[in-house]
Amino acid sequence: MALKIVKGSIDRMFDKNLQDLVRGIRNHKEDEAKYISTCIDEIKQELKQDNIAVKANAVCKLTYLQMLGYDVSWAAFNIVEVMSSSKFTYKRIGYLAASQCFHESTDVIMLTTNQIRKDLSSPNQYDTGVALTGLSCFVTPDLARDLANDIMTLMSHTKPYIRKKAVLIMYKVFLKYPESLRPAFPRLKEKLEDPDPGVQSAAVNVICELARRNPKNYLSLAPLFFKLMTSSTNNWVLIKIIKLFGALTPLEPRLGKKLIEPLTNLIHSTSAMSLLYECVNTVIAVLISLSSGMPNHSASIQLCVQKLRILIEDSDQNLKYLGLLAMSKILKTHPKSVQSHKDLILQCLDDKDESIRLRALDLLYGMVSKKNLMEIVKKLMLHVDKAEGTTYRDELLTKIIDICSQSNYQYITNFEWYISILVELTRLEGTRHGHLIASQMLDVAIRVKAIRVFAVAQMATLLDNAHMLTGNTQRNGICEVLYAAAWICGEFSEHLENPMETLEAMLRPKVATLPGHIQAVYVQNAAKLFATVLKSQEGNTDSTTAQEASQLMIDRLPLFVQSANLEVQERASCILQLVKYIQKLQQKDVEVSEEVCALFAGELNPVAPKAQKKVPIPDGLDLDAWINEPPSESESEDEQPKAIFSKEEPKHSRPRHTEVDEKELARRREARKQEQANNPFYIKASPSSQKVYQETPGVEHIPVVQIDLSVPLKVPGLPMSDQYVKLEEERRQKERAEKKKKDKKKRKEKRSGRGKKHDSGPESEEDITPAHMVDIVTEEMPENALPSDDDERDPADPHKALDIDLDKPLADSEKLPVRSHRAAEVLKSPAEDEEGENVSSLEPKKKSSKEKREKKKDKDKDRKKSKEEKKKKKHKHEEKEEADLLCGQADEPAFQSEETNEVVTPPTSTSADVSDLDFWLSNAPVPSNTQEAATVAAAEAAPAPGAISVTTPDSEPEEPKDTEMEETKSSKHKKKKQKREKEDKEKKKKKKHHHHHHHHGDKGGEESVQNGTVEEEEPLPPMSNYCLLAENSYIKVAYDIQGNLQDGSQVVVSVIFENKCDSFLKSMEFNVLDSLNSKLQRPEGSGPHDSLTIPFQLPPGVSNEARFVFTVQSIIMPQKLKGTLTFIVKNEESSTHEKLDFKLHFTCTSYLITTPCYSDAFAKLLESGDLKSSSIRLEGVNMPFHHLLARICFHHHFSVVERIDSCASMYSRSIQGHHVCLLVKISSQTVSVDAKCDEPTLLGNVLDEIKQTFSQC
Amino acid sequence: MIKAILIFNNHGKPRLSKFYEHFNEDIEQQIIRETFHLVSKRDENVCNFLEGGMLIGGSDYKLIYRHYATLYFVFCVDSSESELGILDLIQVFVETLDKCFENVCELDLIFHVDKVHHILAEMVMGGMVLETNMNEIITQVDLQNKMEKSELLLADKCSFA
Repeated sequence: MALKIVKGSIDRMFDKNLQDLVRGIRNHKEDEAKYISTCIDEIKQELKQDNIAVKANAVCKLTYLQMLGYDVSWAAFNIVEVMSSSKFTYKRIGYLAASQCFHESTDVIMLTTNQIRKDLSSPNQYDTGVALTGLSCFVTPDLARDLANDIMTLMSHTKPYIRKKAVLIMYKVFLKYPESLRPAFPRLKEKLEDPDPGVQSAAVNVICELARRNPKNYLSLAPLFFKLMTSSTNNWVLIKIIKLFGALTPLEPRLGKKLIEPLTNLIHSTSAMSLLYECVNTVIAVLISLSSGMPNHSASIQLCVQKLRILIEDSDQNLKYLGLLAMSKILKTHPKSVQSHKDLILQCLDDKDESIRLRALDLLYGMVSKKNLMEIVKKLMLHVDKAEGTTYRDELLTKIIDICSQSNYQYITNFEWYISILVELTRLEGTRHGHLIASQMLDVAIRVKAIRVFAVAQMATLLDNAHMLTGNTQRNGICEVLYAAAWICGEFSEHLENPMETLEAMLRPKVATLPGHIQAVYVQNAAKLFATVLKSQEGNTDSTTAQEASQLMIDRLPLFVQSANLEVQERASCILQLVKYIQKLQQKDVEVSEEVCALFAGELNPVAPKAQKKVPIPDGLDLDAWINEPPSESESEDEQPKAIFSKEEPKHSRPRHTEVDEKELARRREARKQEQANNPFYIKASPSSQKVYQETPGVEHIPVVQIDLSVPLKVPGLPMSDQYVKLEEERRQKERAEKKKKDKKKRKEKRSGRGKKHDSGPESEEDITPAHMVDIVTEEMPENALPSDDDERDPADPHKALDIDLDKPLADSEKLPVRSHRAAEVLKSPAEDEEGENVSSLEPKKKSSKEKREKKKDKDKDRKKSKEEKKKKKHKHEEKEEADLLCGQADEPAFQSEETNEVVTPPTSTSADVSDLDFWLSNAPVPSNTQEAATVAAAEAAPAPGAISVTTPDSEPEEPKDTEMEETKSSKHKKKKQKREKEDKEKKKKKKHHHHHHHHGDKGGEESVQNGTVEEEEPLPPMSNYCLLAENSYIKVAYDIQGNLQDGSQVVVSVIFENKCDSFLKSMEFNVLDSLNSKLQRPEGSGPHDSLTIPFQLPPGVSNEARFVFTVQSIIMPQKLKGTLTFIVKNEESSTHEKLDFKLHFTCTSYLITTPCYSDAFAKLLESGDLKSSSIRLEGVNMPFHHLLARICFHHHFSVVERIDSCASMYSRSIQGHHVCLLVKISSQTVSVDAKCDEPTLLGNVLDEIKQTFSQC
Repeated sequence: MIKAILIFNNHGKPRLSKFYEHFNEDIEQQIIRETFHLVSKRDENVCNFLEGGMLIGGSDYKLIYRHYATLYFVFCVDSSESELGILDLIQVFVETLDKCFENVCELDLIFHVDKVHHILAEMVMGGMVLETNMNEIITQVDLQNKMEKSELLLADKCSFA
């Protein structure tokens, strides 16, 4: 035994490790494959051993070999073995290997479920981390279903390292198991406000990814993201959010309006190019969504275009590229603004960088006009000749066609020119886009009747020179053009000068080398030509030509009858027989031309591509119903389908016969195909001939062979497009001259008019008339086509499954599957989360009920009441309380009936949520400077809030109505002009801004404040947290301090500067004398006493906001920092330098962050006994209790945990994680506040500040 | 989303390949070859973005790359990622490698591809960016390496005891 161990370890010493393997491979460059195969044999031996270290080493080597392209799936089971090692080292190797080579069809994956679950709940965070990382690469629907609940639990893990990974992997879980999205979503949303920046960023990442695919479901998160956008300092997160807004704005233009201002500010202030670029991008998206009827945003457009021009002109190619990319977005809605930069874009076409040229090409699309189309295309044709590499050349080709064909050939004035361009493009060797050229030729020839003569002549030449096109490479994409050429010559053969010659060209033996579907068209159109020849010879006494034609057909067609392609074969044999019959008749001198022509009579009209799809189903037609009952199983297959034809008259026996024959034929054909498909020796023809033309699935995969020809290929006899450019120019000049003459005449007549008009300015678009009157036939659509659009999403898209309404309350059936015997274990898992969240397996259900509560809001008061009732039982007030409540409940219906719309409107939860969003959106932009200034002004101007509230207690019956009215208004977002109302909303919104989406506990609190006791309801006085910092005759400065969610040592000071004078304020600089404890964050490289330049200037009467970040060490004491603001006052005559001193007051309150807390977590916290307590008493507080609470919430960043009658518990947390709990009681104007906190100094100061707040009013 | 991260040298030899979507080994090699072909023929002073990879992705995908000495770092990403952001991320990745390997060079990547994978795993997970803060990444990587070392010591002691 001992010997075995020793032997094992010695073996191990002689085993190759990864480094040895790599070295070995490098030393065997000549016979690498052979060396590796011996290595694989060794690995196989190693994997057979019991020693896990040896196995892990082997798996590690396999991972390397996998990278080199070796299939290692045979070792999947060994990988699982290594994954399940108890040692982290080996586990990591195992998971890495699994993440590299496992996928959905790896069968051993199902063995891993339990192992992964075990790792996820491992006490070692890195075991969990490694499992999450691995799982993110190979999660399957089964794994996702089985592990969703475990991962969801991890989203509230104590370690941020695990939390962020768990949050991120949820996206993969959603993709594989869409049912998990709804149950997990509330928690995911919570993580948007996680104290750890990494977790927050992960949550933003996941939601952005989800929202990108199904934006409308995430609109309700807009306020939350908006808040994050205005508070976050992490550029990565900002970029994601801004991108997300770009996806949301098209759905909600009001959102765009709200965004413009903060984004513009960011554009001005940020130094990060990446952020700037994304801001510009989103502003563009906003402007696009607003473009209808919002002309006053032209300034923003100009700003964007200017910024982009700067990017494009930058020497950094990356910025140039991105500038062009963003420019193309503006182009779609504001082509005018882009067109003015044509010079720049044309310049980029000559850039040496292909990526940039491609982007510039995209922009050209919008640059063309009737006037410059020819010139631009000429330039592009030059590029085509010069281009190396087929990708770019193909791109050029498609762009030329795109540009010319855009909006129904709007810019083409001369179709002869366009046809010749198309013909020139056929010279391209090895392009993949033959079919594109072909479809253009067909389209133009069909839709522009006037061009047919010319087109037919060109196509005939093309057919005659077909050998030039196909060259040696018969599987060349360009030969698709011949399809079009043959069809045009056949269909419009009456325009052919010499049909006989063309007929001969179409029946050359070489044609048989073309792809089947093209040959088929050749054969069919040869027949058309034949008919034309016969017709032209009609009445001609000498019938030799006609007979020659027949003979030609009879001679050449047998070649096609032998074709391997069924379609060709069928058509050829059919036509051959027909011609033989005609020949017989000819020999009898019978006039046949008319009958033959009748075969191809009638005009073919273009049909819109979607026409078929849009044919409405007539009433009463059920497509799924059987026309005839399906034959019973017992019926034999050979039986005649009597049912269909039995009612028909006997005359129809012949057609029936053919019908049967065709069916028989089809069946045989099918059988033959089957047989061929199963026969490995049968050389298969190209896939189904008709479809190929439209989709050409094969063409893309054809290996492109490039031929180096020193002599440019020119099809002899073909006109050059350049010729047309000249001709066109001459024509236009002539036209212009004529017009001038006319104008002069006119002007002479109107001499007395308005004097000089534009003399010989550049000709405008409308002046250019097309060379010949073009009758562009529009595509046909079925009558009463369905207007419905349009591009259905690919049903295979996994994101389609994630299009789930997230606002609906969660049903019990939607709970994530939890394995029952594990539930107990999960309960025990770390519940003492810092956030006081109780992690339990019951969570989803509890969530759902809470969710419901939040969503349904006051609409289901009754149910809520009863819930609250239950809770109250725990507390002191007992039966009397209940009786009261019951009374209240009894009163309820009366109120409800009064509440008209509010209650009657659909009780679905979504509407509540949507109206939340509406409410948020209907308010003026939050950080909008003017608004905020208004708030400040309002706060200052507002008289003692009692003014309104004092009078109210007398008039109780009216109150409910009052508030209801208000609520109705807010939900319907009617704007009331009264200032009081507006302020009220403002404040409410502010409040929302703070609390919105925070938590259910919070919400619950808010609700109880609003609805708990109806008598108390009255409008809350306006509040603002901005307080005056300093003021002089020029400027007024107000500020607000808020803790930074992401960093325990940072606070953000928002300062509003308002210009009070008539002069321009500029060069504002803000400086603060740092203390040991608090420091202003200055940009890198500046000294500790340098002042910060404020990134804007203030015109008279304007206010704007700037944010400054401070780092603080200790937060338990309030602090004052001295500072100065310097600025230059500039008016017409002079400019003076001014200075304003101020003191920034960092209160302890400003270090608190509104954090919701569930009542059970709150109770646990109080029970823990770690907290020190303290209390204060406030005398003579003359305000309703809910006002009092609202004030504490608003000014001191608390949230209500629970409220019972005249007693409420409140919670907040400091940026450094101190818990602060309050119990507030009121009895006859005396308020007692009992408080607990783990830091007594902090608590004392906070209480002092609360006292201060109430002594002021 | 990031679809793939590839590192290869000036001759197209793969030094690291991480696909966040499954392809079989042959296709993976083709993708690497194609990407190398596209990237390597570009001049030094052109932009770092590239469209037109056929095998991987489609029109929504872009190749964003940086070229350092003998190595190309290529990220294949879709339109939800910020182009400049990814460029910064590559920079962070390379700097992290530089810190972890102390003056990283191609040889480090050749012989320690597993370590590179572990570092990458702290930055990008399942195609989504996990962490962009270099110090945080290094801390986590170091802690895990420490754990590995202590386990190895323990194992050696056991086998000799």
